[in-house]
Amino acid sequence: MMHPEQGVLLAGEESHATPAMESSSEKSDGPAVLLRSLHKSFGSQIVLDGIDVTVGTGETLAVLGRSGAGKSVLLKLIIGLQEPDSGSNRNHGQEITCLDLDAMNEIRKKMGFLFQHAALYDSLTVEQNVAFPLKRHTRMTESQQSHRIQELLAGVGMEGDLKKMPSDLSGGMQKRVGLARALALEPGILLLDEPTAGLDPITSGEINELILKLQEEHHMASIVVTHDLHSAKTIADRIALLHEGNVLIEGTFAELEKSDDEFVSGFLKRDS
Amino acid sequence: MRSTLTSVWGLINRFLEWFGDLGLFVWRVVRAAFRRPFEGRELLRQLDEIGSKSLPLVALAGAAIGFVLSLESRSSLVRFGAKSMLPAALVYSIIHETGPIVTGLVVCGRVGAGIGAELGSMKVTEQIDAIEASGVNPYKFLAFTRIVACVLMLPLLTLAADFCGVLFGWVADTLAEPISLYRFINQGFVGATFSDFLAPTFRTAVFGLIIGMIGCFQGMNTKGGTAGVGLSATSSVVLSSLFVILADVILVKFILVFFS
Repeated sequence: MMHPEQGVLLAGEESHATPAMESSSEKSDGPAVLLRSLHKSFGSQIVLDGIDVTVGTGETLAVLGRSGAGKSVLLKLIIGLQEPDSGSNRNHGQEITCLDLDAMNEIRKKMGFLFQHAALYDSLTVEQNVAFPLKRHTRMTESQQSHRIQELLAGVGMEGDLKKMPSDLSGGMQKRVGLARALALEPGILLLDEPTAGLDPITSGEINELILKLQEEHHMASIVVTHDLHSAKTIADRIALLHEGNVLIEGTFAELEKSDDEFVSGFLKRDS
Repeated sequence: MRSTLTSVWGLINRFLEWFGDLGLFVWRVVRAAFRRPFEGRELLRQLDEIGSKSLPLVALAGAAIGFVLSLESRSSLVRFGAKSMLPAALVYSIIHETGPIVTGLVVCGRVGAGIGAELGSMKVTEQIDAIEASGVNPYKFLAFTRIVACVLMLPLLTLAADFCGVLFGWVADTLAEPISLYRFINQGFVGATFSDFLAPTFRTAVFGLIIGMIGCFQGMNTKGGTAGVGLSATSSVVLSSLFVILADVILVKFILVFFS
């Protein structure tokens, strides 16, 4: 995991600190995720108002914010499930806002997405869910696929539940399978939408440990949207707090705690 | 007066907006249709789901219509001294109109509601987003396969309904006054040509297109939670039934012009 040497960044200060962070985290083709002045509104409701986000390879960014602050929208914009009104969305240096569907699908193959409620295909078994991207995007033989599925499910502790249907699984188990499916194509970027939401503290802890283990093994860039401050503290290198459509503050958890900003301290106190 | 005009204008606006969205949806499906991979396995699954699993209901509906039509027509024809015309009248009626429209409406209910509800629940549980996020085009994987399956299966289901209708028409006739099946068929199909079958049966391919397209469109555009899923299922049935009936009226006119 990477721990960039970076100070607390209030929204206005971000542009000054960005080059330093980029130099520490980006590869020659640019950071894994680079958002600049991204705007998104639904009707008259402005959700994201010129947001800037940078996540380097091997780095984990936790995105916090009040409900409706645009955290999930942010993830959907990054993977192209929604289109921004304006702004730049770069993936390893490649601008993806203007790509056609085929090119966008090529980019999506390099990303993994864990949805808030796992979004497993409920007509398919656990095995078929994990096999779904493998069957469509790889030339693996049946036995290679089967081996890969076993490997992925063993990685999330679900190797004994291959033939179960999603409806037979608990919320935590569904998230594990969702995580295995997200990792099937060995993505360079992992997007996690509230991975511990609705889970008991023990299962949340297990999911956090699993995410940490996977980050160490796969060295991906990860963006984790969460309301769970403990989870953010455990798995993230940096935390970004969204407020009124923009990143209000960004830094390590300790740096956020030192902030004098009323909203930041109020948010951290209420959540902890 | 002004409020009535405003509400009528709002209704027209919503209707035009719906058509515009449907057009955009069809364009996306057509564009996706010509790109690899062609999702053959999913298409086979849908052919089974839409075709084989609708067969018992369609056959039953066809049989019931044939039976009732035979009983009802018999008393009328006997009154006018045209009892011997019963097989021909029954076969003509079933093949030309009753078989296709009954099949279309039965499939609207079973398949239209099924597609609307299935895709609707996939939409609200983010499964369609998950398909898209994994680099698969949902317009091809979900919509195109279902629409093609409906187009291919409706004519075959219509033939099954026609067969059961004629068969049970004979059963009803022979219960009233015994007649051999061979003679019934001979009398029934006297003067019938291949085009008598062709045009009405293939008319149902258009019904299939309507059912598949509206079911997928309503399902993939579901908004809200479980209430939205229910609404999608209902609107899929209502709208596809409405458009099937409209298409039937228009296509019958076309068939009369070009095939008679």
